[in-house]
Amino acid sequence: MKKLLEVNNLTVEIHTDHGTVYACRGVSFDLNEDETLCIVGESGSGKSITVKGIMRLLPKTAKIVEGSVMFEGRDLTKVPEKEMLSLRGSDISMIFQDPMTSLNPTMTVGDQIMEVLKEHKKEMSKQQRKARTLELIELVGINNPETRFRQYPHQLSGGMRQRIVIAMALACDPKILIADEPTTALDVTIQAQILDLMREIQKKSHTAIILITHNLGVVANMADRVGVMYGGKLVETANVRELFFHMEHPYTKGLLASIPKKGVKEELRSIPGSPPDLMAPPKGCPFAARCEYTMKVCQQYLPELTEIAPDHRCACWLLDERAAKMRQEVR
Amino acid sequence: MAKYILKRLLYLVITLWVIATLTFFLMKCLPGTPFDAERLALMSASQRAALLAHYGLDKPVWQQYFIYLGSLLRGDFGTSFMYVNQNVAGVVTNRLGPSVLIGAQAVVVGVSIGLALGIVAAWKHNSLIDYLTMFLAVLGVSVPNFVMAALMQYYLGYKFSLLPVAFWTNWKCSVMPTLALALSAIAMVARFMRTEMLEVLEQDYITTARAKGLNNMKVLTRHVIRNSIIPVITVVGPIIVNLLTGSLVVESIFAVPGVGSLFVDSIKANDYPVIMAVTLFYSAFYMIVVIIMDVTYQLVDPRIRLASGSGE
Repeated sequence: MKKLLEVNNLTVEIHTDHGTVYACRGVSFDLNEDETLCIVGESGSGKSITVKGIMRLLPKTAKIVEGSVMFEGRDLTKVPEKEMLSLRGSDISMIFQDPMTSLNPTMTVGDQIMEVLKEHKKEMSKQQRKARTLELIELVGINNPETRFRQYPHQLSGGMRQRIVIAMALACDPKILIADEPTTALDVTIQAQILDLMREIQKKSHTAIILITHNLGVVANMADRVGVMYGGKLVETANVRELFFHMEHPYTKGLLASIPKKGVKEELRSIPGSPPDLMAPPKGCPFAARCEYTMKVCQQYLPELTEIAPDHRCACWLLDERAAKMRQEVR
Repeated sequence: MAKYILKRLLYLVITLWVIATLTFFLMKCLPGTPFDAERLALMSASQRAALLAHYGLDKPVWQQYFIYLGSLLRGDFGTSFMYVNQNVAGVVTNRLGPSVLIGAQAVVVGVSIGLALGIVAAWKHNSLIDYLTMFLAVLGVSVPNFVMAALMQYYLGYKFSLLPVAFWTNWKCSVMPTLALALSAIAMVARFMRTEMLEVLEQDYITTARAKGLNNMKVLTRHVIRNSIIPVITVVGPIIVNLLTGSLVVESIFAVPGVGSLFVDSIKANDYPVIMAVTLFYSAFYMIVVIIMDVTYQLVDPRIRLASGSGE
């Protein structure tokens, strides 16, 4: 499998009036061709900022302060903006969370899709662009492409709008598709349809997908590999089977335990406490304050992301050989 | 669309009738007569009766009202009392020229500079340009235009002799009144545009546009401006009416023979037909601009287009 994207120690800080938010603190992961990587974590864990950092679509107040994003031999954190412009929407494209707000309300959906082609496929004639757009609208499962082409976003349902957003992202056959919680704002039946659509498209076009979600059901359904984020750091990465069957990080365990079980009548489980304040991130492990197995070392030193099994890395002091006794207990 | 406009025009006529009625009776409540009290006292009773009969003021008020409405329907605004034997329509049109020229220039200057400043300020949010623009905007809103007018007269007119201080002889005379009027418009439009644009810049679809690989200029022209300008249309409407109908203060300071001064003079002189004509003109003009605004809205914003399309 060929590596397509290599994120190394990506660090993003957001400067606000109240102080600096350390939103993404040294995140590293790889993305291979033709695979789906799911990044899971609760709100505020730094998932969105990480992928926006990769695209360099950060808000003005946020800066990449360290790290590299290697794509086709180039470091995306360093290339000039002009080069970035030609990559965005063509080689790497993005789908956003809320289809109700991610389309321009005063532009027909056809024009919005055509705009991508106009930007990146200068050799296409206007007729070719229109033909391709109609083809895309049909590809994402919308009937009557001719009619839809001329309609405005408010004339379409949420699910249809998200399909249009996907069509827009696929217009130039991207190598990487980044989807930032693409189904969170949709109702459940539509969610399933959109995920099916994404899987189908991947089968046809072999696009690598980075899918951000906080829904473990979606992960189980879609992912080849999974990265779990907490407090601006990746705490565990593994392929999907390994993660669900041999998860090691207490936070991942807590996440899975929080899923309500079918047929069991008990109070919903949650992880007590709240996520760390990223303006003053803890010195040690970000999860230490909420972890039931916390040790002294957890408060003081940040655990490294270390390989604990083939294709399975975890950042937790419990996995250190010196914590063997404790580990026994946890098991 | 045509049906919509027709309906609006019908409402306009009804509203005008209500305004005409109210103004007519209010005007009759004003103390005094159109005639010089001293000279009236010197006249004999029969002379006085003949004078009143000549202007149709001898009949009861309700009869006068119907006679006036009748002539209005025929498009006749009557004869002025102040400008003896002159047709009211002619008097008003003569005075309209300078007011409309100054007003139209002020609208063009005010709206274009206001929009430009607003866009630059929002785009360079929290920069020196932004602060400067907003400082100017606060100044423009809070400094009354007669203060500005006096300052300009002193510096531009008297000290550096760049422009005529007052009067109405050639185009140069219109520059200072235009600037005095445009200043508040610039300030209002700039502030409004800036606020709207800052909001639009935060929207998800702007991130979408960037994610397409569009450069800043394309994001701004294709996605930001059009969406921020829609609410701005609302403030621009009343500004246009204000500026085009002439400002009494600015016209008096620069001795411009415009509609504003005509209106005030006509009230002082109890020149009933002129009061009526100017009032009706102002109202009709305001309402027509509002209709134009609403139509423009529909052209710019597809969401409104649909709503009225299904509602009609």
